[in-house]
Amino acid sequence: MSVDLPTVRRIATLARIALPEQEASHLQGEINAILSFVAELDEVDVADVEPMTSVIPARMRLRPDTVTDGEIADDIVTNAPATEDHYFVVPKVIE
Amino acid sequence: MANTGSDRLLRGATGDWEVVVGMEIHAQVTSRSKLFSGASTEFGAEPNSHVSLVDAAMPGMLPVLNEACVAQAVRTGLGLKARINKRSSFDRKNYFYPDLPQGYQISQYKSPIVGEGEVTVDLTPTEQFRVGIERLHLEQDAGKSLHDQSPTASFVDLNRSGVALMEIVSRPDIRSADEAKAYVTKLRMILRYLGTCDGDMEKGSLRADVNVSVRRPGEPLGTRCEIKNVNSIRFIGQAVEVEARRQIAILEDGGAIDQETRLFDPSRGETRSMRSKEEAHDYRYFPDPDLLPLEFDDAFVETLAAALPELPDAKKSRFVTQYGLTPYDASVLVAERELADYFEAAVAVEPAGRDAKLVANWITGDVAAFANASGRGVADTHITPGQVAELVDLIAEGTISGKIAKDVLALVIREERNSKPREIVERRGLRQVTDTGAIEAAVDTIMATNPDKVAQAQAKPTMLGWFVGQVMKSTGGKANPQAVNDILRVKLGL
Repeated sequence: MSVDLPTVRRIATLARIALPEQEASHLQGEINAILSFVAELDEVDVADVEPMTSVIPARMRLRPDTVTDGEIADDIVTNAPATEDHYFVVPKVIE
Repeated sequence: MANTGSDRLLRGATGDWEVVVGMEIHAQVTSRSKLFSGASTEFGAEPNSHVSLVDAAMPGMLPVLNEACVAQAVRTGLGLKARINKRSSFDRKNYFYPDLPQGYQISQYKSPIVGEGEVTVDLTPTEQFRVGIERLHLEQDAGKSLHDQSPTASFVDLNRSGVALMEIVSRPDIRSADEAKAYVTKLRMILRYLGTCDGDMEKGSLRADVNVSVRRPGEPLGTRCEIKNVNSIRFIGQAVEVEARRQIAILEDGGAIDQETRLFDPSRGETRSMRSKEEAHDYRYFPDPDLLPLEFDDAFVETLAAALPELPDAKKSRFVTQYGLTPYDASVLVAERELADYFEAAVAVEPAGRDAKLVANWITGDVAAFANASGRGVADTHITPGQVAELVDLIAEGTISGKIAKDVLALVIREERNSKPREIVERRGLRQVTDTGAIEAAVDTIMATNPDKVAQAQAKPTMLGWFVGQVMKSTGGKANPQAVNDILRVKLGL
């Protein structure tokens, strides 16, 4: 398996990573090197194996439905570059 | 239950078209705290006050699942007669938007908590159809963006971020705008009975993504468009209608439908394409490494099943068999659980044994009219089931006529809010006059003062009504109408 340049650009866009054009082919080479390294795994037949989503032999712990958190609006927005009345203020996302 | 009639088809310029609709309903789970954090879910709080560091996606924060939300999803699954998956898992759905601080939504993709089920939908009180449920899964809601506070900025409030949603996915079993509305109405009713979602569409507790396609009858499914976030039942109907019309127009002009996401604009009555700034959806789902698979046993499910309330379908058929109500009256009464309870309370008031149909008529008639006019549910008015029951008893025992009963109810509504109808009748002397002597006297007086009318009535018996009216007037409506009729007939020699 290997990726072409348009795929590299698309992955960058999906990940919101700015990708200068001159770096794209360099990254393509790196990604393809990784892919060929892990391609060895394709030799294993996993047709009848259920995907493993967890390696921990434990059940998920649940919490009771009680309000134990929140009411810290000052803290929530403290690192935001811009705020107003405890709202986060971001560049306009619709026209 | 079949309704494959051609009345559901839409007529185009070149023939009939069938509309095919499937829906994804996002229902906010009724819970005190969020799906993965201990922040409150209460609506309408100050911006970012109901937000924990988990909801704000601060680095290192870990989600811990709310057990009540799990129970609510299972109860909803049971109410939808669906398969409950005792093992399910959570995945990350990746996308970027300012109101999603994690950069992904925790959802259930591969293994939802609830599998296939079914809803019986009432198109009319006597006409039903079935909609298959494909799945129900738990997921997080996003925050809210306000775009009208500033010309250059959007304001983000994360209070809703992390609140639990159930996404309920239907099969494409819906064939018209009316069916779409009926489906959401029924689903909402079931959720409200279960108490798993308040169904308040104005507050966004229930939102629908509506998938619409059209085809010639009998042909394979056409290309669909998804209309996002429709937030009222009326708009759902309108959106299906206008989107189907739009697609038919394109196809009849020889065009093709692009599969895309659209928005319904109620003010213009049209759907339009959402600017697809993000290219074709690529959510890159993968299992959330912060969460173990969710597992529970049969005992957990059985305990929830045992505590399930009677659901609308069962209640409706019981009302028909137990109380002899018409399917129409039964469906009106079961529309809200509180209304159904109110009706049963009124029937059961001691001494029991009154005519349940009369009770239903009064509740769905004058009492409901008053409740609607004051913008409340019947059960939220000051009129008690006991007052309704006594009113019905007073009519049944002949103490007052139906007409006087309306007057008594009007008094209960305004001046005598806490009085018993029987006391009102006694205190105000509204007791029906069955004393034939008094009625005869009234008849004699009227006949004596209107000899011309007497002659007319004797020639033309339909004039009787005029006399009945006069007698009722002179007795303040208290005369027993049947007795008045009988006496008049005798005296006029009819």
